[in-house]
Amino acid sequence: MASFRSCGHACSPDCGQSCLPQSPKGPGRYPQGGTGGRWGSPRSWGSPRPSAAEGGGEAESGGGTPQTPGRATPPAQPQHRHSQLHPGAWWLWSLALGTAATRTTNPLLLTLLITVSAYVVATRRPHTPWSRSYGAFLKLALAVILIRLTFAVILGSPIPGTHTLIHLPEVPLPHWAQGIRLGGKVTAEALTFALYDALRLATLLICVGAANALANPSRLLKSLPGALYELGVAVVVALTFAPHLIADVQRLRAARRLRGRHDKGIRGLLQVGLPVLEGALERSVALAAAMDARGYGRTAQVPPAVRRTTAALTLGGLLGVCAGTYGLLTAEGGTYGLPVLLAGVAAALAGLWLGGRRTLRTRYRPDPWDIRAWLVTASGVAVAALLTLAASRDPAALHPGVVPLVAPTLPLWPAAAVLIGLLPAFITPAPEPKRTDTRKEPTT
Amino acid sequence: MIRFENVSVTYDGAPEPAVHGVDFEVPEGELVLLVGPSGVGKSTVLGAVSGLVPHFTGGTLHGRVTVAGRDTRTHKPRELADVVGTVGQDPLSHFVTDTVEDELAYGMESLGVPPAVMRRRVEETLDLLGLADLRNRPIATLSGGQRQRVAIGSVLTPHPRVLVLDEPTSALDPAAAEEVLAVLQRLVHDLGTTVLMAEHRLERVIQYADQVALLPGPGERPWLGTPSEVMAVSPVHPPVVGLGRLAGWSPLPLTVRDARRRAGPLRDRLADRRPPAHEPAPPPTATRRLFPRRKPDTPAPAHVAEVRSLAVRRDRVQALRGVDLAVVPGETIALMGRNGAGKSTLLSALVGLVAPSSGSVRTGGAVPHRTRPRDLVRRVGLVPQEPRDLLYADTVAAECAAADEDAGAEPGTCRALLTELLPSVADDTHPRDLSEGQRLTLALAVVLTARPPLLLLDEPTRGLDYAAKARLVTILRGLAAEGHAIVMATHDVELAAELAHRVVLLAEGEVIADGPAAEVVVTSPSFAPQVAKILAPQHWLTVSQVREALR
Repeated sequence: MASFRSCGHACSPDCGQSCLPQSPKGPGRYPQGGTGGRWGSPRSWGSPRPSAAEGGGEAESGGGTPQTPGRATPPAQPQHRHSQLHPGAWWLWSLALGTAATRTTNPLLLTLLITVSAYVVATRRPHTPWSRSYGAFLKLALAVILIRLTFAVILGSPIPGTHTLIHLPEVPLPHWAQGIRLGGKVTAEALTFALYDALRLATLLICVGAANALANPSRLLKSLPGALYELGVAVVVALTFAPHLIADVQRLRAARRLRGRHDKGIRGLLQVGLPVLEGALERSVALAAAMDARGYGRTAQVPPAVRRTTAALTLGGLLGVCAGTYGLLTAEGGTYGLPVLLAGVAAALAGLWLGGRRTLRTRYRPDPWDIRAWLVTASGVAVAALLTLAASRDPAALHPGVVPLVAPTLPLWPAAAVLIGLLPAFITPAPEPKRTDTRKEPTT
Repeated sequence: MIRFENVSVTYDGAPEPAVHGVDFEVPEGELVLLVGPSGVGKSTVLGAVSGLVPHFTGGTLHGRVTVAGRDTRTHKPRELADVVGTVGQDPLSHFVTDTVEDELAYGMESLGVPPAVMRRRVEETLDLLGLADLRNRPIATLSGGQRQRVAIGSVLTPHPRVLVLDEPTSALDPAAAEEVLAVLQRLVHDLGTTVLMAEHRLERVIQYADQVALLPGPGERPWLGTPSEVMAVSPVHPPVVGLGRLAGWSPLPLTVRDARRRAGPLRDRLADRRPPAHEPAPPPTATRRLFPRRKPDTPAPAHVAEVRSLAVRRDRVQALRGVDLAVVPGETIALMGRNGAGKSTLLSALVGLVAPSSGSVRTGGAVPHRTRPRDLVRRVGLVPQEPRDLLYADTVAAECAAADEDAGAEPGTCRALLTELLPSVADDTHPRDLSEGQRLTLALAVVLTARPPLLLLDEPTRGLDYAAKARLVTILRGLAAEGHAIVMATHDVELAAELAHRVVLLAEGEVIADGPAAEVVVTSPSFAPQVAKILAPQHWLTVSQVREALR
């Protein structure tokens, strides 16, 4: 009898032939020709499902569209996939708007930026669960503003001001806490400054939220180069982890109610913590098993020379990037900084490209980077560039003064530049209309 | 195609092998069913095919498993991914991506299938499994049957020659289960796919099997035979086989059709006998006759629960609309209907987990979602779909003590109940180490500690074998006889036939049928139990009814 253990390949002495080298059909050598495999022969998948489609089909009968029995033809519906914009374009556009927001503290311009991104989100976000995250980001932005204002009221502000609104009682602090002030007078200037500052951060958050709502981050990760693919999958799995965790917490809190305990409050949350973590752990193990069984991590055989070159290029490239960045940031490295940085980046990219040869993986219907993607990106970048330009040309308009307190005015040209960001609302395809039968199975 | 050569698996830390002496071969293009009671190592055998046992689970495997000529010793699961497709018990833990189309493509991407081929196979599989309308849907929004089909589709696209399925229909309603099985049969017939499948609900699958591998008990050698050979001796068998054994038919019929053709004489013998009006212990009859069903103006106190024109919206979906239901003490009601018909929502409304958007719910005279949980447990108790959700403690004893405290009962109440229901469980066992059936019973004991007059059960038989199910039936009958009202949501038509006095069918959140079990299920093609189908038009529902009548 031969035996072997799962961990490593530590064979027992009597294992005999069980530790022979890999069989000819070793890893990654499975022939995947260009033909269709076993089903590749021209066979028609004509007939509809044999049973239950009309009468008791549980699935699609959720709420609406009647089933036609002859669903034999390949789907003639529009290929939504091709009408989707590359997720990278949405992210670049949103981040560019966010960058533009960092260039100004003018509340009118910031509000305009928020309006622009909100309009595009309202008209172009797909009807998917993750696109609802926009609301969460809006709330977060509001919370940021409130917290900033509260801090300005309680802790005071270095901004000198003359318009005192209220005078809070000041808490005397011991001498070692010098420089910290609790309470005291609250001036209109300090509050305005805090508001402008918070609004800028809020705009940035809302722009990130817009990116999230418009393009699922996991779709973005799919566009990673082959060598980083496995990392990408890990991140995607981690991203789907959070919603599952929240669902688990809700389910277990509901179960607490069934036990006759209170399902609200912090204590309730803490007590379900352990079961939730246990469940999450079990689910990750099950998922890892499923992924392994579905071929995750299969690698192609590459010659050792290629492997070594890959390692050398990647490591050398990263070192180059570090050295180059250091050179750029220090005063005396001005001459060699940029070239070393560029060489490092090039080497690292070459390493990634070469490393991609180890993965067998192919891509299913990758999102094309087309002219619309260029235009969307360009519109975002234009907003950022024009506002940066405006900030250097006319800083007064983009940073309205708070001492003395003046009403901010809307600078015409920067405002017009912000409106360029509306372009995606007109050139990108509209999302498909909301389905009526998105019937979800109750989970509790 | 799959070959087990004297395989035994011992998990780390286990004193004895989980399976022992597995030695059979599954020929190409056959559908082989793996049957046996819970805990005999069916999942271990299935895992050994895909290489997950022992590469992933740990433990030691003696002997040899080869799949399509590849030895699982030298091939890791990922290197078998192109010949073996595995779908586990819970499809949700199988999904890597978040939309249907991407999920179908995922396996092929990992294997490096060229994009053009991938594209065609995804379209083919969408049509084959009837998923074309769902292609862009996020997986989180799918129903149970849809998820199961997506899971099967996702392992089909790389064109595996072997498909391994662990309980593919347990969580599905009868119609969805038939849909999945029809797909499997088509794969076997048209494409020559080899299928190895474990399933507790034999009444659904036995007719599709070419051969059956029986694992009679823990540590015993499995053996392979034709379905009728194996069923003649198997400790687990569907009602049609039970009826065949009772009537002494040989060879044993495996399908309702075969049995019907033989059942002429039996029907004649039964013609002058009536099935007992309510074979499970009849409830306190006075109240039943006084308050016939669904009469909204009957005085409330006699009902343990009353639902009037209830509507519930959840996640912008109308989960229930215009539901009326009255439950009297001692009555057992089976809620049936498709996945997503609103059964669970109705149960949740009865325990106040969801608030009605219109209409009213009263359980024991209280409005459940406004009642404090502490008071509510004395009026109504729910055992959720996953009984583990109810259990927090490390040991059975701690769990029971906590239950006593939660319910305000005397210390020892829960443990006494548990001993009555399940004598064999030790105090220091971790609830996680219990079998599915034991865990369900523990959750039941925890809920019953507060002595609620109304007991709700959500899918109680999921994952239970026939023996565990029979125990559950006995327990629930005893409770009903004591005057507990029981409402259970279930896909298990045989369970409903055994237990229910009344069946309520739900569809799209509405009650479409409500009446005595015999009437409702016999007239429904998907919800009729096998015995009813065989002996129609007579109203026999279970083998035990027939056995009693013939005595």
